[in-house]
Parts: sequence; C-alpha cells; structure tokens
Amino acid sequence: MAAKKPEIPTLATLVEKIKSGELYEEVKKEVLNSQLWTSSFRHGYADTPRNRVLQIVSNVWLHLHPVKIHRHALRIKFTWCMGGITFLLFLSTVVTGVILMFYYRPVGEYAYFDMKYLQYDVPFGMLMRNMHRWAAHAMVITVWLHMFRVFLTGSYKPPREFNWVIGVFLVTFTLLLSFTGYLLPWDQLAMWAVTVGTNMARATPFLGHEGPFQEYVFGVSPRYDARSLLIGGSVVGPPALLRFYVLHCIFIPLVAGALMIVHFWRIRKDGGISGPL
Amino acid sequence: MAAEDPKAKVEGLEEKVHVWPYLVRLEFLCALFVTIGLTVWSIVIDAPLEEAANPTKTPNPSKAPWYFLGLQDILVYFDPWFAGVVAPVLIIVGLMLIPYLDINPKGNGYYTYHERKVAIWVYSFGFLVLWIALIIMGVFLRGPGWNLFMPWQYWDPHKVVALVNVDLPYALGVRTYNMAMLVGGGILSAYFAIGTAVYFFMERKAIKNVGFLRMFIKIQLYLIMVGMVIKIVLRIGFNIKYILVTPWINI
Repeated sequence: MAAKKPEIPTLATLVEKIKSGELYEEVKKEVLNSQLWTSSFRHGYADTPRNRVLQIVSNVWLHLHPVKIHRHALRIKFTWCMGGITFLLFLSTVVTGVILMFYYRPVGEYAYFDMKYLQYDVPFGMLMRNMHRWAAHAMVITVWLHMFRVFLTGSYKPPREFNWVIGVFLVTFTLLLSFTGYLLPWDQLAMWAVTVGTNMARATPFLGHEGPFQEYVFGVSPRYDARSLLIGGSVVGPPALLRFYVLHCIFIPLVAGALMIVHFWRIRKDGGISGPL
Repeated sequence: MAAEDPKAKVEGLEEKVHVWPYLVRLEFLCALFVTIGLTVWSIVIDAPLEEAANPTKTPNPSKAPWYFLGLQDILVYFDPWFAGVVAPVLIIVGLMLIPYLDINPKGNGYYTYHERKVAIWVYSFGFLVLWIALIIMGVFLRGPGWNLFMPWQYWDPHKVVALVNVDLPYALGVRTYNMAMLVGGGILSAYFAIGTAVYFFMERKAIKNVGFLRMFIKIQLYLIMVGMVIKIVLRIGFNIKYILVTPWINI
C-alpha cells in the first residue's frame, strides 16, 4: 500500500540516463501526456517525410526555403552563416528603426534634441538606438564576409552569375543605407562625416562643379551639380537631413528589400547556395 | 587522391537533407545567439553622440564613416574625381563582372586554392589589403591634417610635413609643361599597352577558350588595380605626386 520510496539516483546513473537519452524520453513522455499539453494541442506531430515537406511548403515564412538542401549547406564551416546573419541584422534594424521613427523628426531645429530625448527620456530609447546602430555596423561587416565566402567557394559560378550581380547591388545598398543613416543624429560626427563623403560628388567628371570636364557641361555650379542633387544645397544643411532621411527610411529599404526577394528566390531557382545545378 | 580532392569531398556529401528540421533549427539557434549578442553589446556600449552639428566648426581630422576610409585614404594618392567617384564605380562594376570574366569551371561550390590560385590571390589582395588594411589605417593611423601617426604618437595638429612631392616627368628632368604632358601620357599609355601585350602573349593559348574581349577587360582591371599600388609606392617611396598632368585631369 505504501508508495515505494523514491530512489535517490547516484551521479553515475544520472549521467548514464542523460547520455543514453533515457531521461529526455521520460520527460518528453510526461510532458506530452500531461493534461495541460493534451488539452492545448489536439494531436501530435508525426515526424514523417511528408510532414517535413509540408512544414516548409505550407508555411508562408518558411516556404522561401527549398524542401531539401545539400548537406554541405548546413555546415557552418562552409557557409560561415554570414548571409543569414546579414538578413537577420537587416530585420533588426527595420524593427528598431521603426521604433526610432516614432520619436525622431528629420528637421534641422529638432533632430539633435530628439536624439537627446530618445537617449534620456524615452523608455528603452537608448537601447533601441544602440541596437540600430550596432546592427547596422555589424551588417556592413557580415555582408563583406558573406561576399568573401561566396567568392572563396566559387558560388558565383554558373548558374549563379546573375545572383552575384544582385549581391553586389545589395552590398552597395547596405553601405548607402549605413551612410544615409550616419547623418541623422545631426551631431558633429554625422555632419562632418557626410560632408567628407558627399564632397566627393563635386569631383564627378562632367557633373560635379569641381570635376574634370565640367566646363563642357552647361549650367554646372556649386548650387546645381551631382552633389547638390544629393544634399539639396551647396552645404550639408537641413535639406540634406530631410533627403537622407527619406532615402534612409523609405527609398533604399524598399529597393534593397525588392533585391533581397530576388536574391533569395534565385538561390532556390539556381539549385541551392553553391555547386553546379 | 580522392580523400585529398576538395571537389570529391563535397560531392561525397551528395545526399540531400530535409530543411525541416535540419536547416530551420540551425537558423533558429543562429538567430538566437546573434540576437542575444546584439542585445548584450547594445546594453554594454552606447552609440556615440557628439555635440550638435555646427557648420562653422570643422573637426580635424574630418573622417568619413569607417567603411569608406579606404577610399578616403587613397585621396592621398589620387585626385577626388578618381578616388571618390571613378574608383568606387570601378570597384562595383569590377565586382559585378567577376562571374563573367572568371570562366574557370573548377572550384564551383567548394573551397580550393590550388584550382584557382590567381582568382583567390586577386580577390584576397583587393579585399584584405586595398580595402580592409586601408580602412584600419584610416581609422587608427590618420590624425590631424590626415597625417600618419603611429598609435603611440600624440596627434599633433601642428605637425609639419614638408611638401617635397614632384611630378614624375619633373623627376625625370622634363621642365616644360607640354613635354611633361607628353612624357606622362606616354608612360601611362606604355604601362597599359605593354601590360596588355605581355598578358596576351603569356596567355596566348587561352585566347581561343576565354575570348578576346573577356581577356582584354580582365587585364585592364588588373592593370588599374596594380597601377594603384604602384602609385602608392611611388608616392610614399619616391615623393611622386602625379604621373600625368593635363589642364583637365591629373593622374
């Protein structure tokens, strides 16, 4: 009648139980048969090949994947995980960026004080800003490493030539996204880094007012050339802030997002991440 | 042989696996670690915010964002139209052309050095030396006036650097402007002409397979890349400012 006294397992038997997977099976059985579980989930998941396929093709988020992939595409030593991490960091900047947009106004009079407000008064404002900035910097590094890995494994070779070209566009847009975002804090670091960067445009051949051959193009002046198109004036001022804001939050993310769709879709259509079709 | 052959190593793994669960669980774990890492990093280190933007107060040195400092650094050796406009365009276009210029069928989908030595060398040199090393130099070693400072040196804004650079034709003894333009143009043309000719002679057996246009574009891009290194060496080692001086452009 009296319940059997629970046996206190020795360390050795416990280790043996973990190693053999017996403990895992016991816990699994307890959980799956519990009232809480059986009342919540009407049936179990049968791990059959058919169900493995359905998990991918009948899920809108997962169906970007193929159903099956080569084994080498799983190996971190092969992929470095860099393409996926780049996309994850992009998504992180989108989420944190949208939150920052609720508090930030791209106006010369307000922008810097909105930054201060974000950092000192908005709950988790500093954390959101940090995550946005560090994810952006990290994304620049991971996209370069991704490109290096793709080169070293020859994954741009047929049939993936076109996807490499899309990738080069994406690297460029990653840098432009980061560069346009660099101006938005509207502090000394931002203003002068963007001044140095956009000053290059005035040396554009034919189209920059200090560039070679500009004297042969009618109408090129400091107020009307490749650089003024970029910054909306002859110095980095409030019009530049607004332009960079629109480019940073709307134009480049849309274009880069569209290219990402093509990039991922082509990986599937070209038969996986690498190797001949 | 079979065990050593990198291609066989990958093709030995011909077997395909289901994305669910094998890839999805890997992606999940990776996303988890990266998110945790990013969160911890963001809690520990704050993003910089300096004083409010002030157009009347130029910092010295004024630096572009760190990922552009390689380009900013070649401004020392080239005029802005090249370093700031033409070089970036060449980098982007050159990268896009890679799959169309490199038609070596080997090394498709596996790591190998021996089957594509030139390709690996050129890309690694461009990426690691001309891009990454110059960025590191731009971030850490360039101080006021864009002068070079060692990490242990004080960033003296009044550092005096003698301007002793001369143009290559002048160094060769040419003293008149028109003659200098001719000599400079001659040297530059000769560099590209001889470089192209030597390459075509050395690779003459490949012309039939690779094609004339492909080889021609490839050697021009190689020559521009090597030319940038030569210019850097001439500037640092021999105080040469320009090779070609014209009323329109200087190179």
